[in-house]
Amino acid sequence: MASLKIVNGRVYDPANGIDGETRDICITDGRITASAPAGAKTVDAQGMVVMPGGVDIHCHIAGPKVNLARKLQPEDHRHDVHPRTAFTRSGTGGTVPSTFATGYRYATMGYTTAMEAAVTPIGARHTLEELHDTPVIDKGFYVLLGNNVLLHQLLKDGKRDELREAVAWWVNATHAYTIKLVNPGGDEAWKGRRNSVVTDLDDKSDVFGVSPREIISALVQVANELGLPHPAHIHCNNLGHSGNYTTTLETMRAAGDQRVHITHIQFHSYGGEPGKNPTSKATEISAYINEHPNVSADVGQVMFGKSTIMTADAPIAYMLRRLGKDKRWVNADTEFESGCGIIPFAYQEHIYTHALQWAIGLELFLHSKDPWRMVLSTDHPNGGSFMSYPKLIRLLMDRQFRDEQIKLVNKKAIKNTTLLDGLDREYTLNEIAIVTRAGPARLLGLKNKGHLGEGADADITIYEEDPDKEKMFSAPRYVIKSGELIIEDHEFRADHEGRVLHVAPKFDSQIEKIIRPFFESYYSVRFENYAVADRYLRHGEKIPTASPVAAE
Amino acid sequence: MAEAAKEAVKTAPENTKLVENATCTFCGCVCDDMNLTVDLDNHRITKAQNACVLGRAWFTEHKLEKRPFALIDGKEATTAEGVEVAAQILANAKFPITYGLSDTTCEAQRQAVAIADMIGGCLDTTTSVCHGPSGIAFEGVGESTASLGEIKNRADLVVFWGGNPAEAHPRLFTRYALMPKGMFVPNGKKDRTAVLIDVRRTASTPVADIFIQIKPGKDFEVLWALRALVKGRKIGADIEEETGVKLEVLEDLVQRMKSCRFGAFLFGMGLTMTRGRHFNSGALLALASDLNAFTHFVAKPVRGHGNVTGADNVVSWSTGFPFGMSFARGYPRFNPGEFTTVDTLSRGDADAALIIASDPASNFPKAAIEHLKRIPTILLDPRESVTGQIAKVAFTTATYGINTTGTVYRMDDVPITLRPAFESPYPSDEEVLIAIKNRVRELLAEQHRLGSPKVAQKVA
Repeated sequence: MASLKIVNGRVYDPANGIDGETRDICITDGRITASAPAGAKTVDAQGMVVMPGGVDIHCHIAGPKVNLARKLQPEDHRHDVHPRTAFTRSGTGGTVPSTFATGYRYATMGYTTAMEAAVTPIGARHTLEELHDTPVIDKGFYVLLGNNVLLHQLLKDGKRDELREAVAWWVNATHAYTIKLVNPGGDEAWKGRRNSVVTDLDDKSDVFGVSPREIISALVQVANELGLPHPAHIHCNNLGHSGNYTTTLETMRAAGDQRVHITHIQFHSYGGEPGKNPTSKATEISAYINEHPNVSADVGQVMFGKSTIMTADAPIAYMLRRLGKDKRWVNADTEFESGCGIIPFAYQEHIYTHALQWAIGLELFLHSKDPWRMVLSTDHPNGGSFMSYPKLIRLLMDRQFRDEQIKLVNKKAIKNTTLLDGLDREYTLNEIAIVTRAGPARLLGLKNKGHLGEGADADITIYEEDPDKEKMFSAPRYVIKSGELIIEDHEFRADHEGRVLHVAPKFDSQIEKIIRPFFESYYSVRFENYAVADRYLRHGEKIPTASPVAAE
Repeated sequence: MAEAAKEAVKTAPENTKLVENATCTFCGCVCDDMNLTVDLDNHRITKAQNACVLGRAWFTEHKLEKRPFALIDGKEATTAEGVEVAAQILANAKFPITYGLSDTTCEAQRQAVAIADMIGGCLDTTTSVCHGPSGIAFEGVGESTASLGEIKNRADLVVFWGGNPAEAHPRLFTRYALMPKGMFVPNGKKDRTAVLIDVRRTASTPVADIFIQIKPGKDFEVLWALRALVKGRKIGADIEEETGVKLEVLEDLVQRMKSCRFGAFLFGMGLTMTRGRHFNSGALLALASDLNAFTHFVAKPVRGHGNVTGADNVVSWSTGFPFGMSFARGYPRFNPGEFTTVDTLSRGDADAALIIASDPASNFPKAAIEHLKRIPTILLDPRESVTGQIAKVAFTTATYGINTTGTVYRMDDVPITLRPAFESPYPSDEEVLIAIKNRVRELLAEQHRLGSPKVAQKVA
């Protein structure tokens, strides 16, 4: 593999305490090294900013629900085509791009790692097939276990050890990166009780006799016991409902002092009465997170324009369907594992709720005291496309621009936030490097990503400095993936197949004595055909788990 | 199961093996509980435990025929020779089309999409002649749907519309949607109400608790009347004259649909390939969505070919569109009616065809077949077929699921890995397509260097 030397660039590597100093970076065999052999190709980064490749901790880019959303919206693809080049495949864009376009477009923004955030276990094989066709970036996925019927039964029966082993079995069977909870405990009511909705964390399912709170606290603990590099990744109950911030606070409390990640927390930071207009509770949510180092979050910023709601939280998609103009709606139930809802959507500046959501996202960023634990996401494509990250970065870095944008949106909404209360914070390049790469990589436990120290993966982005930060972050001059110069002078010079990042916590195979009979009684596929073979990983990279902690 | 396996091996003749949990790819049910007894000496499957009558025939009648690896202009050739000619045709074509794909693995489908992307051709699957209208309806209204396991475990009302599962998808009844016992329907069929709606009585009719016979071509009218009734609108008694169904019957059905706990529509080509087409599918999908205001209701097109659902998925994730698309401008465009194969061929547009695991010459309209005969056609198929007889290059390939592994998607988008029974001397579709792709890439690079498309080489 070629070696490479990047010289004269201003380096932002917050994990190693480097804040805009001019340094040379050497690459050998796909890794960052202290020196490069003589004759290594040199990239002159004079007047440019060098950062680790971007890491997206939460997006929806591959798998069954993503593909349904792709199929649903041909009109969203036709105005945004992605032609093939001598090196790269063609595709289509829109809010749910084809797999090839997804990989290339992440790369053209300087992102080199992205995590698909919600995959049903039975859909893992499908997801891995799509990830295989998602070029350039390294990727992984989180497996949905918060509405798993067998796990609910084990929990109800107080079988905590078996619960832990079953979770480990499922993570191995699917090659997931961590476990994901979406509206935990909410599916049974939706699927089995005529589309009813669980709103209370202590509402015990009359079928399985477990409450969302019990599920949350047990699975948070299990993820930590298994030593997963990223903790349980939680989409709280009551997403999008006015007054849901109390649920969010309760969810974080249910985790106790255990590590936990709350995702797209903007959608969970609303005050007000259920069914009425929401208000902002960003201050309360920020305060809790600032004070609790065991909790991390990604924002889930809303960006105005076209989006696609796609979620394992089927009831919220059904509710939103009644609000939007586009009446198309997809519901997709997965046996014993999950629900799913998809609707085409658009956030509009003049609508009170949309403007409030946009503003709450910004508040969460601007009130955050620890950028390492409040990282950037739009919950792509729910809050907006990942292609809008550069604009979001500008909103954070450029107060004048932000103030202009604030003037364009619903005034009543802005008045109900703290945005006009002298929030003059501007993110620095160092902080941007934290919320878009160093922070997510650290939260994911990816020791070789998000930094430029010796031994790190040589995933590097080089931006041309520009006062217009949106322009700057939209099109890096160079993108290096695993030491390969993929983009040079803004153009693709090579294709690349990224790796699949996954974990494999140890488990006691005796657990199959419990899982197998459940499959034989209820599932529509054979137990033997369920676990995904290693070959679906293609270039897999097993990220080590911490040594298991015995259950109390 | 393991005990049974040992038993089977013990009592079986020598050189026999048992393949457990194999998958049948005959129809879209993709049942993965086949226990195959394989006679390795004679390359035959002698027994297919758990298979339905169709699956049994699929497995036990499969034999390795002594056929040439490839035919070029009807003359025997090696696979490599076939690849060379095929690549020359595709690299030099101005308007190539790729079609079929529903009876091969996703791995092969991905290679076919890569080739179509590279040569800038049309790409279409057999979806365009079966549930294509349901795909179009999906784009219009969305869909409330479920994996078959949800229907098995929850559905207390199952409505079969425009299909004959007893003969076309037998295990849709016995394994997934009607007979099986489930978590919330512990007594199986006794806990469910089965409704069958069709224009005629079929072998499926006797299993239904309620059979509703409608006038041919009146599906849309019945569906629209049901939507109106669900929403509480009045329908005149003259609906009977229009559709052949009494108003009371429709009202009774609406009552059942609104009051069930978990309802499911399973609909077939009686809806999609008759008058109304995507309007019919769209009306049914909309009705299922409407019913979610009262209870949980899902709908599912019953797909035919073993991996037609995989083709939909692969083409969608690669291009954004499920079928009927073109790469001619260097990026995918979707336009059923223009880029769908029947239409392209009938207009006389294509100048070369790559057909994978399909036999269009036996079932396409005459005008389309006539054009297919005029252009060089490349075919990959394990069996002899009408298309094979008119093909310029015909490859013999291994049968997926019997001779090769790979991935297939069940009609409910659940992917399953195949367990082959025995090896075939013939290459898989994927292997042949990779070879063609690599050679096409070389030829295109050469053309690029020379600055213009090379004159087609004279081929043997």
